[in-house]
Amino acid sequence: MKKLINNPELVVEEMLEGIVKAHPNYVKQLEGFNVLVRANAPVKGKVALISGGGSGHEPSHGGFVGKGMLDGAVAGAVFTSPTPDQIFEAIKAVNGGAGVLSIIKNYTGDVMNFEMAAEMAEMEGLEDLEIASVVVDDDVAVENSTWTTGRRGIAGTVFIHKIAGAAAEKGMSLREVKEVAEKVIANVRSMGMSLTPCTVPAAGKPSFTLGENEMEVGLGIHGEPGTHRDEIKTADEITTHLVDKILADIDYSNSEVAVMVNGLGGTPIMELYVINKKVNEILAEKGIKIYKTLVGNYMTSLEMAGASITLLKLDEQLKELLDAAADTPAFTQF
Amino acid sequence: MIDHIRLVSIIQEIAVVIKENKELLTELDQAIGDGDHGINLDRGFSAVKEKLNGLQNKDCGTILNTTAMTLISKVGGASGPLYGTAFMRAGQIVAGKTQITEEDAVKMFDAAIQGIVLRGKANKGDKTMLDALIPAFEIFKTTIEANEGLNTAATKAAEAAKEGVEYTKTIAAKKGRASYLGDRSIGHQDPGATSTYLILKVVSDFLAKEN
Repeated sequence: MKKLINNPELVVEEMLEGIVKAHPNYVKQLEGFNVLVRANAPVKGKVALISGGGSGHEPSHGGFVGKGMLDGAVAGAVFTSPTPDQIFEAIKAVNGGAGVLSIIKNYTGDVMNFEMAAEMAEMEGLEDLEIASVVVDDDVAVENSTWTTGRRGIAGTVFIHKIAGAAAEKGMSLREVKEVAEKVIANVRSMGMSLTPCTVPAAGKPSFTLGENEMEVGLGIHGEPGTHRDEIKTADEITTHLVDKILADIDYSNSEVAVMVNGLGGTPIMELYVINKKVNEILAEKGIKIYKTLVGNYMTSLEMAGASITLLKLDEQLKELLDAAADTPAFTQF
Repeated sequence: MIDHIRLVSIIQEIAVVIKENKELLTELDQAIGDGDHGINLDRGFSAVKEKLNGLQNKDCGTILNTTAMTLISKVGGASGPLYGTAFMRAGQIVAGKTQITEEDAVKMFDAAIQGIVLRGKANKGDKTMLDALIPAFEIFKTTIEANEGLNTAATKAAEAAKEGVEYTKTIAAKKGRASYLGDRSIGHQDPGATSTYLILKVVSDFLAKEN
């Protein structure tokens, strides 16, 4: 293992300290907890949004704490969902009296820990605290079925942060913000692939191995293996495969979409733009109009080389909220 | 009968065995999950081991509840809430008691499983810790009911859990991150079922050693 770290056990703590030092105008850390909240938290009278999950997906989620997006982010150990006490602290710290919405990626552990945090809040009988949650499951690589855990939440989650964050900033109620978030979840789909595995610092070994000419298709953002392994192909062929899977899932015909080409951490931005070129060609062919495009590292998987593609089907409300101002360490638009 | 002092020893011994098997559990998890099971459980049980040092004189409920809260706040992932819930439910059965009777043990085992089922929304055959726990509980209960004693019941439970682990190799995962693999998870033993077996084995070994 070759990494710029000091101690595998302290990676998350040291990273959080580094984030706060870099962006003191945006975020502060809750003392004794691996939780980042807005520097001016709690924002009185506004619905607060929190998200969280395992670390290793930076800039998700701490990088999106700021005006127009999240109010707080809970950082678990690398690839491990955060614990209920940490989530509970985040909920309390961001509560500005208008309620707190948790944006959870659909993983068994994340869902359970957020659920337990909600139970803790109930048990403490915090009366002015209204809480709600949404679960993001945008990954089309995984079969959706009521008999399994269901689809994973991956890069599409960032669109929920952006759009629900804008809704909260506009002064919408908790119920309304949740509805907006659910609308985004219903219309966002993603799929990823990787060229190399990644190594969790505390494990010291890669999560899987890939041959020189192999790629893993449909994998998750935690180094969990994908749906299948294939011989490596050109960027155009890979992009076509991913986009086809997404387009087969919901009807995008005649719609306008937001595109996200997301790097998993170890892929040059150059290659992400190569993918984006092909995404544009495919969508143009199908008559799908691109309203907005994001290319970059939004939801990473440590040093994994690879990418995911996300398409979000838009309506007028979502377009307006997507265009709204946001000012966070990792995403700014005016 | 297990008193509060022996209960602390058993739980601390679990921490030792989890540490010894940290890499095994992590490797099993890397094959079909996200490769953190051993790391997370070791972090949690190491904290439990520390925490229990001053608690030998507390009642069994407090000991188990402290174990539960420590696991919940230290482990993370799915196994934190699941093991945490299991220990918490078991602890509720013996709240205020300094002795665990055979009858208590059956109730605790049952309550722990109910807690895991509720929290994890899983069932037998989903390739989870329940595939080790449920058969272990069934044989444990019938052995106690047949008056064969706690030691024999614990030994049989650990054996059944081991068979349960073997069984998880033959089925596809329906819960947790392993479920994303579908049939590709067949052939691999479930890490959660494995850690459950290890825990039950500690209990049975501890009781056997004492007699």
